Amino acid sequence: MKHLRSIDELGTDGIVRILELSAHMAEVNRRSVPKVPALVGRTVVSLFFEDSTRTRISFETAARRLSADTMTFSVSTSSVNKGESLRDTVETVSAMGVAAFVVRHKTSGVPWQISQWTDASVINAGDGWHQHPTQALLDCHTIVTERGVKPAPGCLAGLRIAIVGDVKHSRVARSCTEAFTALGARVVIVAPATLLPPDASPWTNGGEVEIAGDLDAVLGDVDVLYMLRMQRERMAEALVPNLGEYSARFGLDRRRVGSLKKDALVMHPGPMNRGVEMVVDPSEVPGAVVTTQVTNGVAVRMAVLFDVLGGSEAEVNR
Amino acid sequence: MRTVISGGRVVDATTTDDGRLADVVIDGDRIVDVVAAGSASSGDVRVLDARGCVVSSGFVDLHTHLREPGREESETIETGSRAAALGGFTAIVAMPNTDPAQDSRIVVEFVREQGRRAGLCDVHPSGCITIGRAGEVLAPFAELAAVGVRIFTDDGNGVQDPLLMRRALEYGRDLGITLAQHCEVARLTHGAVMHEGACCSRLGLPGWPAIAEELMVHRDIELCRLTGARMHFLHLSTERSVELVRAAKAEGLPVTAEATPHHISLTDEMLSGFDPVFKVNPPLRTPADIAALKRGLADGTIDAIATDHAPHADHLKEQTLDVAPPGMIGLETALSVALTELVDTGLMSVRSVLAALSWNPARIAGLETVHGRPVASGELANLVVFDPSVRWTVDRRDVASKSGNTPFHGRELSGRVRHTILNGVAVVVDGTATK
Repeated sequence: MKHLRSIDELGTDGIVRILELSAHMAEVNRRSVPKVPALVGRTVVSLFFEDSTRTRISFETAARRLSADTMTFSVSTSSVNKGESLRDTVETVSAMGVAAFVVRHKTSGVPWQISQWTDASVINAGDGWHQHPTQALLDCHTIVTERGVKPAPGCLAGLRIAIVGDVKHSRVARSCTEAFTALGARVVIVAPATLLPPDASPWTNGGEVEIAGDLDAVLGDVDVLYMLRMQRERMAEALVPNLGEYSARFGLDRRRVGSLKKDALVMHPGPMNRGVEMVVDPSEVPGAVVTTQVTNGVAVRMAVLFDVLGGSEAEVNR
Repeated sequence: MRTVISGGRVVDATTTDDGRLADVVIDGDRIVDVVAAGSASSGDVRVLDARGCVVSSGFVDLHTHLREPGREESETIETGSRAAALGGFTAIVAMPNTDPAQDSRIVVEFVREQGRRAGLCDVHPSGCITIGRAGEVLAPFAELAAVGVRIFTDDGNGVQDPLLMRRALEYGRDLGITLAQHCEVARLTHGAVMHEGACCSRLGLPGWPAIAEELMVHRDIELCRLTGARMHFLHLSTERSVELVRAAKAEGLPVTAEATPHHISLTDEMLSGFDPVFKVNPPLRTPADIAALKRGLADGTIDAIATDHAPHADHLKEQTLDVAPPGMIGLETALSVALTELVDTGLMSVRSVLAALSWNPARIAGLETVHGRPVASGELANLVVFDPSVRWTVDRRDVASKSGNTPFHGRELSGRVRHTILNGVAVVVDGTATK
């Protein structure tokens, strides 16, 4: 696989391949020296046009554990601020000899545009409201690991996963919905109509995805509760009346924790809005795996870098 | 020296059948004879071969962005005029969103004069409805009408304020002008990149809902009824807009409408590869909208095919989708897209497509004494000759426009312009501009 830009492009077989590789990388990460020479001499550039600490650090940690060289290009220090076009920026950095770009941008589609202008691999670290495939993969890895199942097509069959919150503006929701259903899970999207995509038929047509407006009605019947971040700027757009009302309808509080199945997992892609979608502290939620998600992110991103840059198994085992 | 357009099939506004084979003789700027094919005297004449071709009055584009003054990196009046001539247009209405905008006599006269200098097609500047297209203060309609401006529009922006639009219609009513609206309620399209629907939902791009157009079409139909002033709807793109205009016409209101070649041929799915070339305003919509626009053209609800030719230099289109400017070029492909989508499919005759490309828009633009005329002795020779059956593949590198942002790159289309005659001068001969 040359690029990782969307879950759709990766396909079910690709998801399974990355999950298998991720288990392997997780093993590397448990070693006393969690570093292998798989990508020695390869340069991975983080091209971040939007603020992100955790995703960038996760990718850079992953690249270094595979012995790649890493560079960071962030917009505040770059010549983009001097009016350099996206194309010129990419071509300039590319000319220095880059194996992979890890791209984050506030606008959907930028990883596709960039891949036209470079021979390097492009890994999407989040584009607009569109896709954040490594987040979805690390979430799949987390669910598979926590449930103790082997990565395979259909390995999440029988699971019901609720994705709650601002789905309209969420690249995480789009990627996760596609990845979870690709592995056989059923997904229920829980949100007020103002925070749904204008037309959800691309997901609901297949029958694996349903839409609900009442969190309490689905809470007792889900195996995974996936809470999305509610961005404060949505208030200005009159998408919900106020955060208090949002929290009352869609926030996870003690009462709702009590309604969850005993073995239900509670996930959040971070950063959390405490007091909004997460009214309780995750430490009070038995099935919360929020920190585990972050830990798993490194192994999954190692797997992705390894896969797109064509490292060999032998180097991982060395 | 006389020119003879030899052996073509003449189709014009007076034609009721498939047209007749004829030789068209031109002397100076006028047609001096139309005779049976093969019977025009030879000798000291220039012959333009038209065998297998249709000979018609030249096309009139109600909607061309020429970018001069202000955006000459994307197009100039000369390069845009050349693209127009190659597309068979003998007259184009230049949209006013130049920099400075066409809201004063001096800018309007500059545009007209640059068109005259290029000499490739009649360039008719439109005027702004409001100063600087800012939607606040009316532009001096009478001052601009006095120098020949007939179409007024803030194209690129809809006039948001209903009071201002009412005043514009009332004030303009006695001046013999037509107001043309870009229908878009801006509050509903903030940040929009593409049609609001299943595709934008999947791609995570902000949507431009159909209702943002339809609400303004509806408002302006009501204002048209109230004021009795003429109203033209630019680039209709939705099924419901077509229905609204159809009902207004049935009522006898003085409304006209246009549709673009891209809105009758391309859907929002074109954005799936995230190429900003397919970003346009209003956006590409759905197969149902395309079908409705085609029906509207076929039944006359939509009077004209207009290009909304909107050149943008490569470096402008090679930006992210949120900042890349909307628009696509269309002058050189308009006829071919119309023939491919409307005639090859059996929806319309060649004659009715020509009505939408020539005499209908000529009437709307107030050019009916000069353009879209019958191909007859005594008339000004503003003519197009095209081969309706030739198949060709569009190549963005092979356009006369200064910008290559065609959405039809790589597409095979039917029909291509062979000759264009402007006021008796052959400005395009065998598919090549003569200047």
